[in-house]
Amino acid sequence: MLGKILSSEMATVANVFRPNFPQALEKPPSGSGELHVLAVDDSHVDRKVIERLLKISSCKVTVVDSGTRALQYLGLDGEKSSIGFDSVKVNLIMTDYSMPGMTGYELLKRIKESSIFREIPVVIMSSENILTRIDSCLEEGAEDFLLKPVKLSDVKRLKDCIMKGEGKKSGEKGSQKRRRSDDYSPSRSTPLSPALSSKKSRL
Amino acid sequence: MDKSLLQRQASSMRRALFDQGYLDEQFIELEDLQDDSNPNFVEEIVTLFYKESARTVYNIEQALMSRPLDFTKLEEYMHKFKGSSSSIGAKKVKNECTKFSEYCDAENTDGCVRTFQQIKQEYSTLKNKLETYFQVAREAAQT
Repeated sequence: MLGKILSSEMATVANVFRPNFPQALEKPPSGSGELHVLAVDDSHVDRKVIERLLKISSCKVTVVDSGTRALQYLGLDGEKSSIGFDSVKVNLIMTDYSMPGMTGYELLKRIKESSIFREIPVVIMSSENILTRIDSCLEEGAEDFLLKPVKLSDVKRLKDCIMKGEGKKSGEKGSQKRRRSDDYSPSRSTPLSPALSSKKSRL
Repeated sequence: MDKSLLQRQASSMRRALFDQGYLDEQFIELEDLQDDSNPNFVEEIVTLFYKESARTVYNIEQALMSRPLDFTKLEEYMHKFKGSSSSIGAKKVKNECTKFSEYCDAENTDGCVRTFQQIKQEYSTLKNKLETYFQVAREAAQT
Protein backbone atom coordinates (compact mmCIF):
# COMPACT_ATOMS: atom_id res chain seq x y z
CA MET A 1 0.00 0.00 0.00
CA LEU A 2 2.75 2.41 1.00
CA GLY A 3 4.72 1.42 -2.04
CA LYS A 4 1.84 2.36 -4.30
CA ILE A 5 1.37 5.75 -2.72
CA LEU A 6 5.06 6.49 -3.04
CA SER A 7 5.24 5.49 -6.67
CA SER A 8 2.28 7.64 -7.68
CA GLU A 9 3.87 10.58 -5.87
CA MET A 10 7.08 9.91 -7.71
CA ALA A 11 5.20 9.92 -11.00
CA THR A 12 3.73 13.32 -10.13
CA VAL A 13 7.16 14.64 -9.21
CA ALA A 14 8.55 13.33 -12.46
CA ASN A 15 5.92 15.22 -14.43
CA VAL A 16 6.66 18.43 -12.57
CA PHE A 17 10.40 18.31 -13.03
CA ARG A 18 10.36 17.12 -16.59
CA PRO A 19 8.11 19.46 -18.48
CA ASN A 20 9.46 18.07 -21.69
CA PHE A 21 8.84 14.54 -20.54
CA PRO A 22 7.26 13.08 -23.61
CA GLN A 23 3.68 12.22 -23.08
CA ALA A 24 2.33 9.30 -24.94
CA LEU A 25 -0.80 10.95 -26.12
CA GLU A 26 -4.16 9.37 -25.82
CA LYS A 27 -5.40 11.98 -28.24
CA PRO A 28 -3.44 13.56 -31.04
CA PRO A 29 -2.08 17.10 -30.52
CA SER A 30 -5.03 19.43 -30.33
CA GLY A 31 -5.71 21.38 -33.46
CA SER A 32 -3.83 19.15 -35.83
CA GLY A 33 -6.11 16.14 -35.40
CA GLU A 34 -3.27 14.02 -36.69
CA LEU A 35 -2.04 10.80 -35.25
CA HIS A 36 1.68 10.27 -35.55
CA VAL A 37 2.40 6.67 -36.36
CA LEU A 38 5.79 5.01 -36.31
CA ALA A 39 5.76 2.05 -38.69
CA VAL A 40 8.48 -0.59 -38.60
CA ASP A 41 9.00 -3.17 -41.33
CA ASP A 42 12.05 -4.64 -43.03
CA SER A 43 10.19 -5.07 -46.32
CA HIS A 44 10.40 -2.04 -48.55
CA VAL A 45 7.16 -2.98 -50.29
CA ASP A 46 5.32 -3.29 -47.00
CA ARG A 47 6.77 -0.03 -45.71
CA LYS A 48 5.53 1.78 -48.77
CA VAL A 49 2.09 0.23 -48.49
CA ILE A 50 1.66 0.91 -44.79
CA GLU A 51 2.88 4.46 -45.30
CA ARG A 52 0.26 5.01 -47.97
CA LEU A 53 -2.46 3.37 -45.87
CA LEU A 54 -1.63 5.69 -42.99
CA LYS A 55 -1.35 8.83 -45.09
CA ILE A 56 -4.69 8.16 -46.73
CA SER A 57 -6.06 7.81 -43.22
CA SER A 58 -4.71 11.30 -42.43
CA CYS A 59 -1.93 10.16 -40.17
CA LYS A 60 1.53 11.58 -39.92
CA VAL A 61 3.89 8.71 -40.68
CA THR A 62 7.46 7.84 -39.88
CA VAL A 63 8.67 4.57 -41.35
CA VAL A 64 11.83 2.76 -40.34
CA ASP A 65 13.25 -0.52 -41.52
CA SER A 66 14.22 -2.18 -38.26
CA GLY A 67 13.55 -2.42 -34.55
CA THR A 68 16.95 -0.92 -33.90
CA ARG A 69 16.13 2.14 -35.97
CA ALA A 70 12.77 2.40 -34.23
CA LEU A 71 14.51 2.51 -30.87
CA GLN A 72 16.96 5.08 -32.19
CA TYR A 73 14.09 7.21 -33.42
CA LEU A 74 12.40 7.01 -30.06
CA GLY A 75 15.64 7.75 -28.29
CA LEU A 76 15.59 4.41 -26.51
CA ASP A 77 18.83 3.11 -27.89
CA GLY A 78 20.85 4.43 -25.00
CA GLU A 79 22.73 6.85 -27.23
CA LYS A 80 21.02 9.93 -25.88
CA SER A 81 20.36 10.87 -22.32
CA SER A 82 16.68 10.78 -21.60
CA ILE A 83 16.95 13.69 -19.19
CA GLY A 84 15.88 16.83 -20.93
CA PHE A 85 15.75 15.03 -24.23
CA ASP A 86 12.75 16.38 -26.02
CA SER A 87 11.65 13.09 -27.41
CA VAL A 88 9.42 12.56 -30.36
CA LYS A 89 5.70 12.31 -29.90
CA VAL A 90 4.33 9.12 -31.31
CA ASN A 91 0.72 8.07 -30.86
CA LEU A 92 0.96 4.58 -32.26
CA ILE A 93 3.63 2.10 -33.22
CA MET A 94 2.94 -0.51 -35.87
CA THR A 95 5.57 -3.14 -36.28
CA ASP A 96 6.10 -6.23 -38.37
CA TYR A 97 6.69 -9.32 -36.30
CA SER A 98 9.31 -11.16 -38.38
CA MET A 99 12.29 -8.94 -38.85
CA PRO A 100 15.98 -9.81 -38.91
CA GLY A 101 17.93 -8.68 -35.86
CA MET A 102 15.24 -7.49 -33.52
CA THR A 103 11.82 -9.02 -33.99
CA GLY A 104 8.63 -7.03 -33.55
CA TYR A 105 8.04 -8.93 -30.34
CA GLU A 106 11.41 -7.87 -28.97
CA LEU A 107 10.72 -4.30 -29.98
CA LEU A 108 7.35 -4.51 -28.25
CA LYS A 109 9.04 -5.66 -25.04
CA ARG A 110 11.59 -2.86 -25.17
CA ILE A 111 8.87 -0.29 -25.62
CA LYS A 112 6.78 -1.69 -22.80
CA GLU A 113 9.83 -1.72 -20.55
CA SER A 114 10.33 1.98 -21.17
CA SER A 115 8.80 4.31 -18.64
CA ILE A 116 8.50 6.92 -21.34
CA PHE A 117 6.95 4.92 -24.11
CA ARG A 118 5.10 2.09 -22.46
CA GLU A 119 1.82 3.92 -22.80
CA ILE A 120 2.06 4.06 -26.56
CA PRO A 121 -0.13 1.45 -28.19
CA VAL A 122 1.90 -1.06 -30.18
CA VAL A 123 0.32 -3.08 -32.93
CA ILE A 124 2.00 -6.17 -34.31
CA MET A 125 1.62 -7.12 -37.97
CA SER A 126 2.31 -10.60 -39.21
CA SER A 127 1.65 -12.67 -42.29
CA GLU A 128 1.33 -15.73 -40.07
CA ASN A 129 -1.79 -16.53 -38.11
CA ILE A 130 -0.06 -18.32 -35.25
CA LEU A 131 -2.11 -18.37 -32.07
CA THR A 132 0.81 -18.76 -29.68
CA ARG A 133 2.44 -15.79 -31.35
CA ILE A 134 -0.71 -13.70 -31.07
CA ASP A 135 -1.05 -14.73 -27.43
CA SER A 136 2.53 -13.80 -26.56
CA CYS A 137 2.19 -10.42 -28.18
CA LEU A 138 -1.05 -9.62 -26.41
CA GLU A 139 0.43 -10.88 -23.12
CA GLU A 140 3.35 -8.58 -23.62
CA GLY A 141 1.00 -5.64 -24.01
CA ALA A 142 0.36 -5.33 -27.72
CA GLU A 143 -2.72 -3.34 -28.50
CA ASP A 144 -3.68 -5.44 -31.47
CA PHE A 145 -2.38 -8.04 -33.85
CA LEU A 146 -3.04 -7.54 -37.54
CA LEU A 147 -2.76 -10.19 -40.18
CA LYS A 148 -0.86 -9.08 -43.26
CA PRO A 149 -1.44 -7.82 -45.81
CA VAL A 150 -2.85 -4.98 -43.76
CA LYS A 151 -5.93 -3.36 -45.25
CA LEU A 152 -7.26 0.15 -45.21
CA SER A 153 -10.15 -1.00 -43.06
CA ASP A 154 -7.66 -2.31 -40.47
CA VAL A 155 -5.93 1.06 -40.32
CA LYS A 156 -9.19 2.97 -40.12
CA ARG A 157 -10.44 0.81 -37.30
CA LEU A 158 -7.14 1.17 -35.47
CA LYS A 159 -7.16 4.90 -35.86
CA ASP A 160 -10.71 5.14 -34.52
CA CYS A 161 -9.70 3.11 -31.48
CA ILE A 162 -6.64 5.21 -30.76
CA MET A 163 -8.48 8.48 -31.29
CA LYS A 164 -11.01 7.39 -28.71
CA GLY A 165 -8.17 7.07 -26.27
CA GLU A 166 -8.38 3.34 -26.03
CA GLY A 167 -4.63 3.06 -25.89
CA LYS A 168 -4.67 3.71 -22.18
CA LYS A 169 -4.39 1.06 -19.53
CA SER A 170 -7.63 -0.18 -18.15
CA GLY A 171 -6.26 -2.85 -15.88
CA GLU A 172 -7.89 -5.55 -17.91
CA LYS A 173 -4.69 -7.04 -19.17
CA GLY A 174 -5.13 -10.64 -20.10
CA SER A 175 -8.81 -10.78 -19.34
CA GLN A 176 -10.04 -10.09 -22.84
CA LYS A 177 -8.43 -12.68 -24.99
CA ARG A 178 -9.25 -13.18 -28.60
CA ARG A 179 -11.53 -16.04 -29.45
CA ARG A 180 -10.41 -19.52 -30.22
CA SER A 181 -8.96 -20.72 -33.49
CA ASP A 182 -12.22 -21.75 -35.10
CA ASP A 183 -13.12 -18.11 -35.40
CA TYR A 184 -10.16 -17.43 -37.61
CA SER A 185 -10.23 -17.87 -41.31
CA PRO A 186 -6.76 -18.44 -42.72
CA SER A 187 -7.60 -16.63 -45.94
CA ARG A 188 -8.34 -13.29 -44.41
CA SER A 189 -8.59 -12.13 -40.85
CA THR A 190 -12.04 -10.56 -41.07
CA PRO A 191 -13.16 -12.54 -38.01
CA LEU A 192 -9.84 -11.88 -36.32
CA SER A 193 -9.62 -8.14 -36.59
CA PRO A 194 -13.08 -7.33 -35.32
CA ALA A 195 -12.59 -9.95 -32.60
CA LEU A 196 -9.50 -8.18 -31.40
CA SER A 197 -10.99 -4.76 -31.81
CA SER A 198 -13.88 -5.77 -29.66
CA LYS A 199 -11.30 -6.79 -27.08
CA LYS A 200 -10.17 -3.21 -26.83
CA SER A 201 -9.10 -1.55 -23.63
CA ARG A 202 -7.49 -4.69 -22.42
CA LEU A 203 -4.43 -2.73 -21.51
CA MET B 1 -5.69 5.06 -81.05
CA ASP B 2 -9.30 5.38 -79.94
CA LYS B 3 -9.29 6.13 -76.24
CA SER B 4 -12.32 4.08 -75.35
CA LEU B 5 -10.80 1.09 -77.13
CA LEU B 6 -7.66 1.41 -75.01
CA GLN B 7 -9.75 1.73 -71.88
CA ARG B 8 -11.68 -1.37 -72.82
CA GLN B 9 -8.44 -3.20 -73.50
CA ALA B 10 -7.00 -2.17 -70.14
CA SER B 11 -10.19 -3.15 -68.42
CA SER B 12 -10.36 -6.58 -70.01
CA MET B 13 -6.67 -7.23 -69.35
CA ARG B 14 -7.26 -6.36 -65.74
CA ARG B 15 -10.30 -8.59 -65.50
CA ALA B 16 -8.38 -11.47 -67.07
CA LEU B 17 -5.63 -11.16 -64.47
CA PHE B 18 -8.21 -11.74 -61.79
CA ASP B 19 -10.22 -14.36 -63.66
CA GLN B 20 -7.12 -16.37 -64.45
CA GLY B 21 -6.01 -16.27 -60.82
CA TYR B 22 -2.90 -14.18 -61.23
CA LEU B 23 -4.14 -11.52 -58.86
CA ASP B 24 -6.28 -11.53 -55.74
CA GLU B 25 -8.21 -8.92 -53.77
CA GLN B 26 -5.04 -7.43 -52.30
CA PHE B 27 -4.36 -5.91 -55.70
CA ILE B 28 -7.72 -4.15 -55.44
CA GLU B 29 -6.75 -2.90 -51.98
CA LEU B 30 -3.72 -1.31 -53.61
CA GLU B 31 -5.82 0.17 -56.40
CA ASP B 32 -7.98 1.80 -53.75
CA LEU B 33 -4.90 3.59 -52.46
CA GLN B 34 -4.36 5.19 -55.82
CA ASP B 35 -5.71 8.66 -56.50
CA ASP B 36 -4.88 11.87 -58.33
CA SER B 37 -2.05 12.61 -55.91
CA ASN B 38 -0.66 9.10 -56.38
CA PRO B 39 -1.90 8.01 -59.80
CA ASN B 40 0.74 5.33 -60.33
CA PHE B 41 0.85 3.87 -56.87
CA VAL B 42 0.09 0.29 -57.87
CA GLU B 43 2.67 0.26 -60.62
CA GLU B 44 5.22 1.75 -58.21
CA ILE B 45 4.54 -0.96 -55.65
CA VAL B 46 4.78 -3.71 -58.24
CA THR B 47 8.03 -2.27 -59.58
CA LEU B 48 9.37 -2.08 -56.05
CA PHE B 49 8.33 -5.66 -55.42
CA TYR B 50 10.23 -6.96 -58.43
CA LYS B 51 13.24 -4.87 -57.55
CA GLU B 52 13.32 -5.89 -53.91
CA SER B 53 12.50 -9.55 -54.43
CA ALA B 54 15.17 -10.06 -57.09
CA ARG B 55 17.68 -10.32 -54.26
CA THR B 56 15.61 -12.89 -52.41
CA VAL B 57 15.08 -14.95 -55.55
CA TYR B 58 18.84 -14.97 -56.06
CA ASN B 59 19.43 -15.97 -52.45
CA ILE B 60 17.01 -18.85 -52.76
CA GLU B 61 18.59 -20.00 -56.00
CA GLN B 62 21.98 -20.02 -54.37
CA ALA B 63 20.72 -21.79 -51.30
CA LEU B 64 19.08 -24.45 -53.48
CA MET B 65 22.45 -25.37 -54.90
CA SER B 66 23.96 -26.66 -51.70
CA ARG B 67 23.51 -30.24 -50.50
CA PRO B 68 22.07 -30.93 -48.10
CA LEU B 69 19.64 -28.02 -48.26
CA ASP B 70 19.51 -25.63 -45.35
CA PHE B 71 15.74 -25.77 -44.95
CA THR B 72 15.71 -23.24 -42.15
CA LYS B 73 17.48 -20.67 -44.29
CA LEU B 74 15.24 -21.45 -47.25
CA GLU B 75 12.14 -21.05 -45.13
CA GLU B 76 13.43 -17.71 -43.89
CA TYR B 77 13.96 -16.45 -47.44
CA MET B 78 10.65 -17.84 -48.58
CA HIS B 79 8.78 -16.24 -45.72
CA LYS B 80 10.07 -12.86 -46.82
CA PHE B 81 9.36 -13.53 -50.47
CA LYS B 82 5.90 -14.84 -49.82
CA GLY B 83 5.15 -11.85 -47.63
CA SER B 84 5.82 -9.32 -50.32
CA SER B 85 4.14 -11.40 -53.02
CA SER B 86 1.11 -11.41 -50.83
CA SER B 87 1.36 -7.65 -50.37
CA ILE B 88 0.91 -7.03 -54.08
CA GLY B 89 -1.82 -9.61 -54.54
CA ALA B 90 0.31 -12.05 -56.54
CA LYS B 91 -2.01 -15.02 -56.05
CA LYS B 92 -0.34 -17.76 -58.09
CA VAL B 93 3.11 -16.81 -56.87
CA LYS B 94 1.88 -16.85 -53.29
CA ASN B 95 0.26 -20.27 -53.71
CA GLU B 96 3.46 -21.75 -55.08
CA CYS B 97 5.30 -20.21 -52.13
CA THR B 98 2.96 -22.02 -49.77
CA LYS B 99 3.79 -25.30 -51.53
CA PHE B 100 7.47 -24.52 -51.24
CA SER B 101 7.13 -23.91 -47.51
CA GLU B 102 5.37 -27.24 -47.15
CA TYR B 103 8.24 -28.99 -48.90
CA CYS B 104 10.66 -27.15 -46.63
CA ASP B 105 8.79 -28.35 -43.58
CA ALA B 106 8.90 -31.88 -44.96
CA GLU B 107 12.58 -31.40 -45.78
CA ASN B 108 11.86 -32.52 -49.30
CA THR B 109 14.78 -31.40 -51.46
CA ASP B 110 13.31 -32.40 -54.78
CA GLY B 111 10.00 -30.79 -53.90
CA CYS B 112 11.72 -27.53 -53.04
CA VAL B 113 13.78 -27.48 -56.20
CA ARG B 114 10.82 -28.26 -58.46
CA THR B 115 8.48 -25.83 -56.76
CA PHE B 116 10.96 -23.04 -56.96
CA GLN B 117 11.09 -23.46 -60.73
CA GLN B 118 7.33 -23.03 -60.70
CA ILE B 119 7.64 -19.95 -58.53
CA LYS B 120 10.12 -18.36 -60.88
CA GLN B 121 7.87 -19.09 -63.81
CA GLU B 122 4.79 -17.56 -62.18
CA TYR B 123 6.85 -14.62 -60.95
CA SER B 124 8.13 -13.91 -64.42
CA THR B 125 4.79 -14.44 -66.17
CA LEU B 126 3.09 -12.05 -63.77
CA LYS B 127 5.76 -9.45 -64.32
CA ASN B 128 5.23 -9.51 -68.07
CA LYS B 129 1.47 -9.40 -67.80
CA LEU B 130 1.50 -6.54 -65.32
CA GLU B 131 4.01 -4.54 -67.33
CA THR B 132 1.82 -4.83 -70.39
CA TYR B 133 -1.31 -4.02 -68.43
CA PHE B 134 0.22 -0.93 -66.80
CA GLN B 135 1.42 0.32 -70.14
CA VAL B 136 -2.02 -0.01 -71.73
CA ALA B 137 -3.69 1.47 -68.63
CA ARG B 138 -1.35 4.46 -68.74
CA GLU B 139 -2.01 5.04 -72.40
CA ALA B 140 -5.72 4.73 -71.80
CA ALA B 141 -5.52 7.30 -69.00
CA GLN B 142 -3.81 9.88 -71.19
CA THR B 143 -6.25 12.21 -72.83
